Amino acid sequence: MSELHTVELTVNGVPRTADVPARRLLSDFLRHDLELTGTHVGCEHGVCGACTVLVDGDPMRSCLLFAVSVNGASITTIEGCGPATGELGPVQQAFLECHGLQCGFCTPGFVTTITAYLEENPDPTEDEARHAIAGNLCRCTGYQNIVASVLRAAELKREAKAAI
Amino acid sequence: MSTRVLGALGEPIARREDPRLLTGRGRYVDDFGQRALEVAFVRSPHAHARILDIDVTAAVDVEGLVAIYTYDDLEGRVAEPLPILIPHPALTHGRTQYALAKDEVNHVGEAVAMVVAADRYVAEDAAGLIQVDYQPLPPVVGIEAAREASMLVHQDVPGNVAANMVQERGDARAAIAAAPHVIELDLAIERSASTPLEGKGVYARWDADDASLRVYSATQASTSVRSAIAAKLDLPPDRVEVIAPDVGGGFGVKIVHPWPEEILVPWAAIRLGQEVKWTEDRREHFVSAAHERGQLQHITAGFDDDGRLLGLDVRIWHDNGAYTPYGIVVPIVTSTQLLGPYKPGAYRVEFDSLYTNTVTVTPYRGAGRPQGCFAMERTMDAIAARLGLDRTVVRERNFIQPDEMPYDHGLIFQDGRPLIYDSGDYPATLAKIKKLVGWDDFEAYREQAQAEGRRVGIGLACYVEGTGVGPYEGGWVKVETDGSVVVATGLTTQGQGHQTAFAQVVASELGVPIDRVTVVTGDTRRFRYAVGTFASRAAVMSGNAIAAAARKVRHKALRIAAEALEADPGDLEILDGVVQVKGAPGASIPLSTVAVLSNPLRYAFDEETKRATQFATVADPDKPPVAEGDEPGLEATGYYSPPRSTFANGMHAAIVETDPDTAEIKILRYCVVHDCGTLINPRIVEGQIHGGVAQGVGGALYERMVYDQDGQLLNASFMDFLMPYATEVPVVETDHLQTPSPLNPLGIKGAGEAGVIPGAAVIAAAIEDAEGIPIIRMPISPSELYELRHAHSASKERP
Repeated sequence: MSELHTVELTVNGVPRTADVPARRLLSDFLRHDLELTGTHVGCEHGVCGACTVLVDGDPMRSCLLFAVSVNGASITTIEGCGPATGELGPVQQAFLECHGLQCGFCTPGFVTTITAYLEENPDPTEDEARHAIAGNLCRCTGYQNIVASVLRAAELKREAKAAI
Repeated sequence: MSTRVLGALGEPIARREDPRLLTGRGRYVDDFGQRALEVAFVRSPHAHARILDIDVTAAVDVEGLVAIYTYDDLEGRVAEPLPILIPHPALTHGRTQYALAKDEVNHVGEAVAMVVAADRYVAEDAAGLIQVDYQPLPPVVGIEAAREASMLVHQDVPGNVAANMVQERGDARAAIAAAPHVIELDLAIERSASTPLEGKGVYARWDADDASLRVYSATQASTSVRSAIAAKLDLPPDRVEVIAPDVGGGFGVKIVHPWPEEILVPWAAIRLGQEVKWTEDRREHFVSAAHERGQLQHITAGFDDDGRLLGLDVRIWHDNGAYTPYGIVVPIVTSTQLLGPYKPGAYRVEFDSLYTNTVTVTPYRGAGRPQGCFAMERTMDAIAARLGLDRTVVRERNFIQPDEMPYDHGLIFQDGRPLIYDSGDYPATLAKIKKLVGWDDFEAYREQAQAEGRRVGIGLACYVEGTGVGPYEGGWVKVETDGSVVVATGLTTQGQGHQTAFAQVVASELGVPIDRVTVVTGDTRRFRYAVGTFASRAAVMSGNAIAAAARKVRHKALRIAAEALEADPGDLEILDGVVQVKGAPGASIPLSTVAVLSNPLRYAFDEETKRATQFATVADPDKPPVAEGDEPGLEATGYYSPPRSTFANGMHAAIVETDPDTAEIKILRYCVVHDCGTLINPRIVEGQIHGGVAQGVGGALYERMVYDQDGQLLNASFMDFLMPYATEVPVVETDHLQTPSPLNPLGIKGAGEAGVIPGAAVIAAAIEDAEGIPIIRMPISPSELYELRHAHSASKERP
């Protein structure tokens, strides 16, 4: 049996661990070792962005990372982009309101990417929003409603902040 | 219905499937079977070769390997070639592959051996160690090579011609010979593909205790896959269930069936007595799923001084790849849908469907329509250019008029039925698109741009889309005793929002709150007779079938409620899930109670059932509790079977800017006017249009499959096959018309493919208008435009 390595991560705030071979991709680790199937694999060569997760807050292609190489990191997946109660966070709510998804396969990668983006850029213009998502492929929506979702998510976040 | 139910037909409500999909709770095929064995295939690296030997010796010691299979292991019907799904008399030389290659491979990517192992990593390790000894044969690559036929793909197919077909009405050649003006065009559209974000996958579970098989597949036609698996594996059909779970896009590539993997994965699961799963990777999808679009066309058009077509003679060479499992639907669609909204005068269309040693060709969104639209719209523009007429004027003069509907073209469509347009108002659509894009103001805009040193152009393209092909779809609707409503239909979903749209149909027909309605699609356990999701048919077919079922449920509910309330069914209405006497809201009975009453059982397991006894009328002791012809339960099944397809239409207009130095092409505006009859959910329809436009832009400017002369696909990844990102797709401005279909009760026409159909045509037209250079091939890149500019100015300089 090939040598196994213990990988310990915090995933969506929860400590998770599994023993895997060195070559285990982070995408497969999340999907199959931790059974968090929300992260999707569209190309496995880092182009489509469907596998994007946040590694210590930064969006990264989990298909281009070995699980062992992020040992100890804090990972956020689509399952962790909303409150723990399972309701929709602002980005997810925006997608719902703007019809920002059709088949849903690319969606987790967009949601994580946008979640990270809005932390740094809370008030994007439409052009900035479009460029922010220009690293993720979608074959269904033609992107128009995803751009709208970015802007709506920014609005929802501002409203939530103002309400505090 | 007297009041508007929230979520009813026509409302742009948010989708009910979204909360699940947005929180990572989608269930796509690879999400299942976490403990299943996994599969990898050894696939041919050669475009054309004989298989001399397969040596697995080095692979058998890989730890975690479970099994390796080659053609020699296949038995019975599994060892037969895969079926031709849609035969046709003109398909005289149809050829299909074996599930695992027998003696010969005909494209890079064809499956040669199947490896089953503990996981995909190990399976790929083992696959990499299997040595296949090939004798390479000369490959046939490209349409020109195929029709020249100095080499053959299949030795018993002369000229590489799978099919030759002619359809004609009148004598086009004579009409052209007699015409005052004639033009000829040679056009080319390059190969592209659906490339959904989720590839194909199959997961099979054999239950030995029950002797039953359950298969999850990312298919567009689960019911038909079930029949295919049962037949191939020699299982009783009712011991096989096939489920299409959440599917990450299809766009046609998942419609052909059965895939080799849909047969082999269940077959292995039964043999091994273990769950088996296959999920393809992206490169595998590029070289073993399916492609489409590649055609060469020669068009001859004869027309009068006003630009009216007198005769149209079209010759098409269609690249069908290595095999023809889907028959010749795509070139038939091109041949017939090419006519668009026009009267062609006399028409003759002939195609050769040709073999090449490349990936098999099956439908990709549009399924031959984009190629047909390209041909006709380039022809219309060429006529306008020849006569110095406005391009909209030429089109208008050739339109079928609204009062000429229904219009019989005298040809046979893809469904084997007459090509008869049922409805549509093309002049009205044209007026709307001209207004939306500002057609009449464009020359002023162009002048202003020129003054700024900018080069801009405007293009227009019109299409007609035959949608809702039969033979049928079905729907089942049941009101449960708790008042919830369950709905099932057999066709499948790949992102079209069926769980919402079909719930809207039921909420409207039945008068129930939409949040109590749940819809299941593509699951043979829940609905047994279906055709599939393709050809823009789901809303038309299942929408109407589900409406029919819901109406039957409504009728039964009113009958039972009328007895309970001692009223006339005609005096009753259903609002918010409650049956009440019109104008007397106190006299009411909830549907949940009606459901209880519909089932004369002795046993009551819940409060609802016990409460229902207050409404129960005293049973007539001389009559059986379930009357002759009646059935227990508040449920019904309905079917919709159309006399023929129903024809949607639309027009797109685009304004492009080309850089005078770099030849970069930028789309400044993209406008769509679209008519698909009644809209169940306008937001979902608009989303379909946006997605189609993105694929149209992709096909016009970016997407081409690049094969080298050895039949190697050079760009088999997203790095090199260029799909548009958000920065490449323009904002789509949309306007609608609704001419309801007279062919179905809801008046719906299909919408799924519309957005992509005129994409290549409209952008070619706009570039040509900007540059003054004929654009006759798509896609076009900036470097190609650059070369065209030089060739064009060079040819102008020649004396």
